[in-house]
Amino acid sequence: MALTKADMAESLYEELGLNKREAKELVELFFEEVRMALGDANHVKLSGFGNFVLRDKTERPGRNPKTGEEIPISARRVVTFRPGQKLKQRVEAYAGSQQ
Amino acid sequence: MSEETNARSMMKSELIERIARKQSHLAYKDVELAVKSLLEQMSNALSSGERIEIRGFGSFSLHYRPPRSGRNPKTGDSVSLPGKHVPHFKPGKELRERVNDSMKKE
Repeated sequence: MALTKADMAESLYEELGLNKREAKELVELFFEEVRMALGDANHVKLSGFGNFVLRDKTERPGRNPKTGEEIPISARRVVTFRPGQKLKQRVEAYAGSQQ
Repeated sequence: MSEETNARSMMKSELIERIARKQSHLAYKDVELAVKSLLEQMSNALSSGERIEIRGFGSFSLHYRPPRSGRNPKTGDSVSLPGKHVPHFKPGKELRERVNDSMKKE
């Protein structure tokens, strides 16, 4: 079981009284705006949840795992997620199975 | 080697404004409540051990950190730290590509 966009839209419909179309559009826009900001080279900071942080990585040596052939891994920009204090504390308290 | 880019940040308030501008039939207050609800739903899912899967954006899951012994930095005493879960985000293909393309445009 995983939380999906459809589940999130359903909750907006039930909790906030948005109609189903509005709820679906809002969920789509939420992820699209975060993706656009990151794609425009902005960090995204959502207090209470966490920060999406962009990092530039320099080229480094790599290997094709199948052939063992050496190939450089090119310089690239990546997005990392740093959970906020509040989310970290809530998740730490989860005592479920070790994954 | 990797370093944080020298970029500006979009904060939650700006995200709400941007969505509200595109959903002009909704009151700003409703968009604000909706964004807060979405973040709360995501936090709730993770803190009950549930994954989040958003196609084109990425997935959130929990990683387990086993118990280890650490030290109290003040006294130097050894303390045992219990195992815990930490949130982990894996960006989806589309997000990875858009982020990497932003470097090529600079």
